[in-house]
Amino acid sequence: MAVDPLAAVDRVPVVRLKRANTRNCEVLTMSSLATESVDVSTANAVDIRELQKHYVLKSETVRALRGVSFTVPQGDYVAIMGPSGSGKSTLLNLLGCLDRPTSGSFMLGDDNVALMTDDELSVIRATRIGFVFQSYNLIQQLTVVENIGVPLYYQGRNDRESVKRCIELAKLVGLAERLDHRPNQLSGGQQQRVAIARSLVNDPYFILADEATGNLDSVTTEEILRMFQRLNDEGRTIIMVTHEDDVAEHAKRVIRLKDGLIQSDVRNTNRIIYDLSKPVVRPVDD
Amino acid sequence: MAWLRTWQLGVKSLLLHPMRSILTVLGIFIGVASVIALLAIGEGISRKAQEQIESLGAQNIMIRSIKPPDDGSGNFGEITPYGLTRAEKDLMERTIPTIDSTVPIRELPMRFTYTGNSNLKPMDGRLVGCSPAYREVVGLTIDRGHFFTDVENDSATSVCVLAGQLARRLFPSEDPIQKLIFLPEENAYYRVIGVLKHKEATAAIGGSLSAQDFSMDVYIPIKTMQAQFGDMIQKRAGGSFTAQIFELSQVTVRVRNVADVPKTAKLIDNTLRLNNPQREDIALVVPYELLEQAKATKLMFMVFMGMIAAISLVVGGIGIMNIMLATVTERTREIGIRRALGAKRRDIIHQFLVETIVLSVVGGLTGILVGVFCPLAIQGLRSALEYLSPSLYQALPEAAKDMTPEIVPSSIPLAFGISVLVGVVFGTYPAIRAAKMDPIEALRHE
Ligand SMILES: Nc1ncnc2c1ncn2[C@@H]1O[C@H](COP(=O)(O)OP(=O)(O)OP(=O)(O)O)[C@@H](O)[C@H]1O
Ligand SMILES: [Mg+2]
Repeated sequence: MAVDPLAAVDRVPVVRLKRANTRNCEVLTMSSLATESVDVSTANAVDIRELQKHYVLKSETVRALRGVSFTVPQGDYVAIMGPSGSGKSTLLNLLGCLDRPTSGSFMLGDDNVALMTDDELSVIRATRIGFVFQSYNLIQQLTVVENIGVPLYYQGRNDRESVKRCIELAKLVGLAERLDHRPNQLSGGQQQRVAIARSLVNDPYFILADEATGNLDSVTTEEILRMFQRLNDEGRTIIMVTHEDDVAEHAKRVIRLKDGLIQSDVRNTNRIIYDLSKPVVRPVDD
Repeated sequence: MAWLRTWQLGVKSLLLHPMRSILTVLGIFIGVASVIALLAIGEGISRKAQEQIESLGAQNIMIRSIKPPDDGSGNFGEITPYGLTRAEKDLMERTIPTIDSTVPIRELPMRFTYTGNSNLKPMDGRLVGCSPAYREVVGLTIDRGHFFTDVENDSATSVCVLAGQLARRLFPSEDPIQKLIFLPEENAYYRVIGVLKHKEATAAIGGSLSAQDFSMDVYIPIKTMQAQFGDMIQKRAGGSFTAQIFELSQVTVRVRNVADVPKTAKLIDNTLRLNNPQREDIALVVPYELLEQAKATKLMFMVFMGMIAAISLVVGGIGIMNIMLATVTERTREIGIRRALGAKRRDIIHQFLVETIVLSVVGGLTGILVGVFCPLAIQGLRSALEYLSPSLYQALPEAAKDMTPEIVPSSIPLAFGISVLVGVVFGTYPAIRAAKMDPIEALRHE
């Protein structure tokens, strides 16, 4: 593949990417940031078995997930779909280690997340998971660079190296000119790009995106999806929840939930792939 | 360096709402500033009082004669003697073993002039008859010449010692030693043998010892006074005629051992009131006991201040807690984000605790600064008042006029420590509330 994956980003970042072939998957590390890499010995980024999540309320018990099993290999690009109330967010919260399942197992590398303490879950979130939210969820009083660095901060990494890494990532998502801006000075798309940079900063096992394009217009949505595609091409594992078929069309695999169970789990045969060598076309306003 | 970053972040978050932060800090600020200032003022007042009492001598007991109020019942021309007598003085000296010495004093208002200066108007002053020991007991220092001796006292010589200020006014350009001063009312002359250094006036202490000004005193041997004036004082002013009989104005008793002062005072009181327990023409002033009282009063004041401080700091702390609880609610989303990105519960506690401590410490530090600055402000205020409204200034109580506020050194670290403590105590609950939030709920919060 001769195409430079960075060519698609509006402002061309200075970092050069180096492709590293490993046994199970392809991992991309930025030459300047080669401090760590994804644990390549693990074939699966995610491995869940018979996952159940029940919410015990006063009058009833809501069984949001009723036994969900699947694995996500490294480098996969999964869209989770389903009607409202089917358990998508519940599943994502479990995958994001924000919550513990009622039963079942969730293996992340060699660790069973289901058995972890609150503090251990925090460590997992800080080191192995990248979050991208629908409403960006940046911290208002922090600058772009500082926002990107939050997961490192909670790993206790707070040196000049990490600041450098955050700056590189900001450049990678095309925000080189806005390093010291605050979230309220950025557009929605720009904020989401900061969030994507933040999700990459800890070199996570996988990126979790919950309706990441839900608040964006179609052009900006395309920008973000292009970025996901590029990251996936570089070897990143992406799991995203979406309502929109247009968005799910870009994933390699679509898992449909219904009433807390998997309804279907199929490879996306007619996946739409962007030509990353051509830039996004912005419609001219009239 | 992680902690430094946490503190930076704390300050940053507070600067996001500067007005709110300032208002939050105000409670602690006022509490700390007023405590430091009030303690300084209290210290100043009590220091002044203690100095005054100490200047009377802790070893001394003063027995004053008090002129009974004129009830008009006495027949015209009938005069009742009052006050301490020489016999009583001798009795005390003989019967109370803890007494080291006694100094009899008799004071008469008098006018003085200098024979060598004919255009000098007679000056109002005080003629003090006393024994030679008076000088040492009261703490007068000789500037020139000497104080009269026992020989001069026993032989009732007409010699006198002048207070410094009176000497300067009677003898503006001459050496007063060996000059004669003249008492026109009594038609008497005294030879000046000594001049004293200036002695500060003492303020009134308790109810029984009125303020004393030593600046216009003329001291003569008490035996001279007795021989020349007798015990009756007659005054003719206009058409009226007054007369009073008293032997001594005051006896100052020096006790051998300070520890014996309270006991001795009791004995003196018993001795003097033996025949008439209701006697009202004498009063005991015991500086030692006054000193103890002053110390107790000071302690009370300190405790009182401590209570006010505690109350104001609690109020300030509650203010901080209130704001922090609001802040935590307002920043629920941020807490959720931080938790999702890897913050442990204790990181969140730390973050909010740091903010509260920054708030309370800023309040404490500025409070200390302003509190320390307050003595200067008081001085300035006083001189401003003296300049703008002298009459109002004169109306100020003595203690307020010449007291210098004195910062109690220990109050500064104490105030600082307490403000940190307030931050920790009142910040813990909001911080725990923040940390206890479920990250999923927090993320969903609008
Ligand atoms: N904290 C909770 N307490 C009780 N019930 C809950 C809780 N969270 C989710 N549920 C219930 O679990 C079920 C699945 O909810 P979930 O949020 O996972 O759905 P979803 O697929 O994300 O829906 P949507 O597309 O509307 O976001 C729903 O019936 C919901 O009411
Ligand atoms: Mg949902």
